[in-house]
Amino acid sequence: MINNSYDVIIIGGGVVGCATARELTKYDLKIALLEKSTDICAGQSKANTAIIHGGYDAKPGTKKAYYNVLGNKMFGKVCEELDVPHEWNGSLVVSFESDQDDKIFELYQRGQKNGVPNLGIIKHDEIMRREPNINPEARLALDVQNGGICCPYELTIAYAENAAKNGADFFRSSQVTSIRRENEAWIVETPSQIFSCKAVVNCAGMYSDEIHNMVSKDKLSIQPRRGEYYLIDKKYASAFHSAIFQVPGKMGKGILIARTVDGTTLVGPTAEDIQDKTDTRTTAEGLSKALAGAKITWPSLPTRAFITTFSGLRSHCDRDDFVIGKVSDAPLFFDAAGVESPGLTSSPAIGFELAEMVAQALNSGKNDKFDPIRKGIPKFRELSNETRAKLIADNSDFAKVVCRCETVTEAEIREAIRRPVGAVTVDGIKIRTRAGMGRCQAGFCTPRVLEILSEELNIPLEMVRKFGGDSKYVYGKIFEASEASHD
Amino acid sequence: MTNIDILIIGGGPAGLAAAVGAYEAGARDILILEREEALGGILKQCIHNGFGLHTFKEELTGPEYAQRYIDKVLSYEIPYQLNSMVLDISADKVVTCVSHENGVQQFKAGAIILCMGCRERPRGALGIPGERCAGIFTAGTAQKLVNLEGYMPGKKVVILGSGDIGLIMARRMTFVGAEVLCCVELMPYSSGLKRNIVQCLDDYNIPLYLSHTVVDISGKERVTGVTIAEVDSSLKPVPGTEQYFECDTLLLSVGLLPENELSEMAGVSLSPNTSGAVVDESLQTSVPGIFAAGNVLHVHDLVDFVSQEAELAGKNAALYVSSSEHTGNEPGFRQVVMGNGVNAIVPQKISATPSQDVRMMFRPRAVYKKAQIVASIGDTVLYTKKAKILAPGEMVNFTLSKVSLSSADVNEPLNVMIKEAA
Amino acid sequence: MNKTLTCIGCPMGCLIEVELDEAGNFLSSKGWSCNIGKRYAQEEVTAPVRTVTALVNVTDRTEPLSVKTAAPVPKSSIFDCLSDLRKLKVQAPVHIGDVVTDNVAGTGIAVVATKNIL
Repeated sequence: MINNSYDVIIIGGGVVGCATARELTKYDLKIALLEKSTDICAGQSKANTAIIHGGYDAKPGTKKAYYNVLGNKMFGKVCEELDVPHEWNGSLVVSFESDQDDKIFELYQRGQKNGVPNLGIIKHDEIMRREPNINPEARLALDVQNGGICCPYELTIAYAENAAKNGADFFRSSQVTSIRRENEAWIVETPSQIFSCKAVVNCAGMYSDEIHNMVSKDKLSIQPRRGEYYLIDKKYASAFHSAIFQVPGKMGKGILIARTVDGTTLVGPTAEDIQDKTDTRTTAEGLSKALAGAKITWPSLPTRAFITTFSGLRSHCDRDDFVIGKVSDAPLFFDAAGVESPGLTSSPAIGFELAEMVAQALNSGKNDKFDPIRKGIPKFRELSNETRAKLIADNSDFAKVVCRCETVTEAEIREAIRRPVGAVTVDGIKIRTRAGMGRCQAGFCTPRVLEILSEELNIPLEMVRKFGGDSKYVYGKIFEASEASHD
Repeated sequence: MTNIDILIIGGGPAGLAAAVGAYEAGARDILILEREEALGGILKQCIHNGFGLHTFKEELTGPEYAQRYIDKVLSYEIPYQLNSMVLDISADKVVTCVSHENGVQQFKAGAIILCMGCRERPRGALGIPGERCAGIFTAGTAQKLVNLEGYMPGKKVVILGSGDIGLIMARRMTFVGAEVLCCVELMPYSSGLKRNIVQCLDDYNIPLYLSHTVVDISGKERVTGVTIAEVDSSLKPVPGTEQYFECDTLLLSVGLLPENELSEMAGVSLSPNTSGAVVDESLQTSVPGIFAAGNVLHVHDLVDFVSQEAELAGKNAALYVSSSEHTGNEPGFRQVVMGNGVNAIVPQKISATPSQDVRMMFRPRAVYKKAQIVASIGDTVLYTKKAKILAPGEMVNFTLSKVSLSSADVNEPLNVMIKEAA
Repeated sequence: MNKTLTCIGCPMGCLIEVELDEAGNFLSSKGWSCNIGKRYAQEEVTAPVRTVTALVNVTDRTEPLSVKTAAPVPKSSIFDCLSDLRKLKVQAPVHIGDVVTDNVAGTGIAVVATKNIL
């Protein structure tokens, strides 16, 4: 029995899916987003380089180039509306060997063709003046003034919260198992529900080939490409001003060093094609490759200051480009498939254009009640003492610091759970508040975060999970545990 | 802004003893700021016995040991504030704090004693490869879940690192019904106390794999197993020596790091060897009037020494606030130089004419058998002691007389070294 | 026959050589630096004992009570003690030193609280 009828169903709750959901709520449409994981922002959107790319890298004429440059122009306004931390600190692509110099000029020309504004090339002395910690072998650099950094999870969460506020429904733990055409409508099934809708937008990231291939004869294939990273303590926030890229190769943009908006520094990623779309393990080889690569840019890289390692997967499409738009042999079915880097930067543009396409196809009018503004959870660590005191006067939970390393209060954690599309797992709290992301990596705050989740979600503590599936923390109380058998 | 003579950051073993030391030296306007809901710090969760042999001549458990000092603080009526997290310390000793009861507060302190303790090194700092699943805990987090909250963090456990908390947790997990498969140590020696190897591992037939490390963690959601391998002399895994253990939990006991983020805000200089403040023999840091003691200064093995050190810091903070002039024209400091085999020495400098005998503490860099500890200034040997065995897991401490220190030229450094057997 | 032990009497962890006769009876020991070590050596080869610390359920509280045996118990009865204590349930308030049971697992040894639960 069909119990959920919508105008549009978006499949996938990553940055592109959530951006598209938000853009669609600008129209008079009933919208649902289905996400297979326990929470949104669970795939590539959560583990990437957090860069607002300038647009010099993609081949002219590709969708990657088009959406990157357009997305970059739209990015600032979206972040302002959604209260998402970002910074226009620029990027440098640096050559360290004479045979790389040509590539810098090539990228400059490519950028010009793509329409990247204010590109320049700077020489050794200027590079050293701007970035005193860079390898003094630095020769030339492409000066990308419209490059920046952004918090990718906050952007994804913000799109979702704003979409939900404007009427979109979010269904998590809802993996799409089949899509079929019935009576001029799409029937979309998940293990627990059946949905019916007029139009489908495929934003399924790593699985966008599988979703696409359910409805089209023109098959796509996504190759998972794994990148491994190190994260450096925020003590080194001032080591580099801009994001520092190396000259790119066939597999990607090379190892980069990039400060995040939170002050930590990302080092990575490697690029390795793998088979398993869920294999986000880190490997000894990958990590040592990332480290060796990073040392070319930053010879004195402080290995003692690593606070964590992680890996992210990129969904590389066999078309070698983003696949965006109508699927030719499936009516009212739209793809945003194979979106890998620069997907974060492109997300405002992809969402905007997809929404426009869908709305036109459905002859939909505007939603007059659309409110573009979303305010983030107050970040206690960044506030003045006066503002802190005011918050505490209204809600004493702001006086309870739960995560010491990142100064995250109980009020922030509770709000992260109570918001629309709120956190339901420990990782969900982490990406919404930064609790557990600091230098102790959740050693101190885990027990309290488990308790708060258990209270707010009204589930026993042993049911609280890190993310989905069986990712539980504890096996009940010690007094209930099975008798020990020691002979 | 409230004025306080002596502000103590942290109400664990160091903070409590610092308060007692300051009070007994005559200070009265003292305040302890504690971030948790009870005094006692990490001792609250250390329910095993073995504390206090030096101080109380009996074997106490952690909470009992803490209570002895809490009772003293209560009997002296020293004020303390719970649920109070310090957010900032400035170089002119203004402390900003947020507390459940009082909201945002600022204090102007005459002297500050840093007693924030330490934290555990997490998985990420080691770069252990593998899946990023649930079921990986630092030993201290697991200890808190079991001993303070009564939860089972795992049923089948592998422990990486043989630090004392890891060893203690091997026994505790066994006691609460879990199966501990092994304890894996990267180095050829344990970083924990020998007695803990015996009474936490040997007693329960838990194997200790020295010169081994975890090379992979399996499990998409919860840990399903770990792979360990032998390491060579440069600590690199040896291919072909891998062993797989099916388990649901990995506990990490791979080192403790002093928590000096607040100290850095105040401009306190840190030592790369201890990761704690650089101090003189009065435990004063590079910022006048700011003292440090306990695990925030250097990671200790024994709480008894934490208490002694903190009492000294308390006493000196009291002297600091009671003496009217701090001209900064003291005759200078003698530098302490770490010679062969010596690491993480405290204090790092000593006044020209110390007013009290000076306790020196350091960790041996490696394991030395039949060695000799020697402290000298120029050709003059101030201290020497033979030791059957010295190991990084066991802190060495000895006392130098103020008389012998005062009689030597202050420009000559104090050399401390381990003389190895020929 | 000789046996080497590491003393657990204090953090020094002295290495003690114990000399035993053919039947395993204690003859002599050396290597200890105090009387605790001397006693430990003989006990450890004849009738080893340990102080047991454990957790006990408290009625209507999530927080368990930490306890210890008031004296060391035979090593062989550690798990009997733990299993006895696991079945116990105490009422708050409890204070440090309060006797939780006066004879754990038939050892004749009492178990006392090591923290206050008020």
